[in-house]
Amino acid sequence: MQRKKMRAGDQPLVRWTLIILAVVTTLLMLVIPLILIFETAFSAGAGTYWENLANRYTVHAIGLTLLVAALTVPINLVFGVFLAWLVTRFEFPGRKALITLIDIPFAVSPVVAGLLYLLLYGSNGWVGSWLMNHDVQLMFSWPGIVMVTVFVTCPFVARELIPLMQQQGREEEEAGVVLGATGWQLFRRITLPNIQWALLYGVVLTNARAVGEFGAVSVVSGNIRGETNTLSLHVELLYQDYNVVGAFAAASLLAGIALITIIVKSFVEWRQARQRAPLNELSDNR
Amino acid sequence: MSISIEGITKHFGSFQALKNISLEVPDGQLVGLLGPSGSGKTTLLRIIAGLETADEGRILFEGEDVTRLHVRERRVGFVFQHYALFRHMTVAENVAFGLDVLPARQRPPAAEIRQRVETLLEMVQLGHLAQRYPSQLSGGQKQRIALARALSMKPKILLLDEPFGALDAKVRKDLRRWLRTLHEEFHFTSVFVTHDQEEALELSDQVAVMSAGRIEQIDSPQQLYAQPSSRFVFDFMGNVNVFAGEADGEILRQGEAWVHLPEAPAAAQQQLYMRSHEVRLQSTPASHAHLPLRIESVSLVGAEVRLELAPQGWHAEDLWEVGITHAQFNSWQPSRGDQCFAVPQVAHAIAVNAHTPVTLRWRAGEMDDPAAMI
Repeated sequence: MQRKKMRAGDQPLVRWTLIILAVVTTLLMLVIPLILIFETAFSAGAGTYWENLANRYTVHAIGLTLLVAALTVPINLVFGVFLAWLVTRFEFPGRKALITLIDIPFAVSPVVAGLLYLLLYGSNGWVGSWLMNHDVQLMFSWPGIVMVTVFVTCPFVARELIPLMQQQGREEEEAGVVLGATGWQLFRRITLPNIQWALLYGVVLTNARAVGEFGAVSVVSGNIRGETNTLSLHVELLYQDYNVVGAFAAASLLAGIALITIIVKSFVEWRQARQRAPLNELSDNR
Repeated sequence: MSISIEGITKHFGSFQALKNISLEVPDGQLVGLLGPSGSGKTTLLRIIAGLETADEGRILFEGEDVTRLHVRERRVGFVFQHYALFRHMTVAENVAFGLDVLPARQRPPAAEIRQRVETLLEMVQLGHLAQRYPSQLSGGQKQRIALARALSMKPKILLLDEPFGALDAKVRKDLRRWLRTLHEEFHFTSVFVTHDQEEALELSDQVAVMSAGRIEQIDSPQQLYAQPSSRFVFDFMGNVNVFAGEADGEILRQGEAWVHLPEAPAAAQQQLYMRSHEVRLQSTPASHAHLPLRIESVSLVGAEVRLELAPQGWHAEDLWEVGITHAQFNSWQPSRGDQCFAVPQVAHAIAVNAHTPVTLRWRAGEMDDPAAMI
């Protein structure tokens, strides 16, 4: 009797093997390392932990990381919204190519991105040498770090918004403009409320990546302690100094940010699902 | 406010959506744009609203050129095919939107806006739904809210894109009647798009039939029905019986069937178009027509009995369809497989390569013996 109720492939052996495999992998690959970070960070006691964090260079690295995130997120927020609006609301030649181009930062290794920026904006680069003559240094200082971080994180917001805005179409905005709304009113009162959760989701992802970016930043920062060291670079430096506990203390901050990101992300996903659910249920009722 | 459309042309890439369209909509009229999908009717409506720009041509409201005027400044009411209600706003907020976004100097005080919204919702008989969200409404309710919202700015021109397309037959009928009433009450000039000929004929003062980016015919519903001006309009108006044959003098012949025309046609290859009410059925052939048919199906639903008929000994692309009264049905008692003969009373002849039909009428004397009539 029991057997008849089973669906195809629903054999207890297969099911339990898969479940155990998934749980074990998750534990080994994700949960245990995460716990280990905090364990090692606190291995010399809470006092040492706080001391490590209060270290002058660590504090500076935290400050620089926050500055980079604080600049990157708004820049990419505006850029992402603008781009998504552009490609979903207007028809122009090269529109499809633009949608593809947005993905370049995902496709290119961040180290390569860093090198490209070095090539362009470094003191020997095409743009960089000209800027050098005007006393502007971008590479090996914080503006360079912000630039590559912006590059690496620029697809997140746009990628979240484009499919949603395509699906929602432009009819509501057209209805708004016929009723006399200006461009800004349309955006504020019609577009934004419809995309707010996807936008927040994109921002959370952008922020997580901006804080944690290593490859591209390490190429353009020059790793000057107390000057151009972001938190992720600082972790590496400490580790190379054999200050394992200090390295893990700094790493625990990044891990903490990651945890917060995941929590916010789940909340936003839950809100988005809730926002969509009644629409799906009722959109076809006549 | 009258609308003049002068020589509008529109391309989408290499596709020509509108070809030199001109149309006059007099003040206060309700004009239907009727056509199959892809005929350009929605594009034309959107150009009138200003949601699309024409490549060539002008749009005038009351003689004033608005071609270069932004949608926002045109002050038309527009009802979208899928209503396009603002999904995150309540019904009341939706209706108030146009007033809310007015510049501060022109915006009425909040209390007055509330009052206006209430009045509009009462008008569409949905005052009790003011605090609902669009997703909680039925299709017919959404449509009425969309109308109330479009009328909130007291437009002189109301444009409707397939206004009743997605609704079921009963709701459609109510809404149609109701739109007519509103139209008489508010006296706006209105253009609406539809692919439903019945809707176009019932609602409009004038109907413009469109096909492939052109206007095929503009006429009053009565005129359009009585005198379709082209093969396309005939086909589109539906339910037309066709007899194609070759003329030999006054006799148009195909297989075993023939029709004696009132006069010899100019070209030999002719098609006769007959609407179901222009044909009579008899149990014996008439002297001027021999069109044997076999009854394929009998449908008793509605005001008349509809018979589907298959040609016997000649060929037609579609089955013929003829309506008889219930009284005729009761005295004749036709059933599937019975044979009968079609007798045209009025027919519209179109030569094979021609575009416009010639209407043919048979004089009463040529019609035949009443004994054979069913």
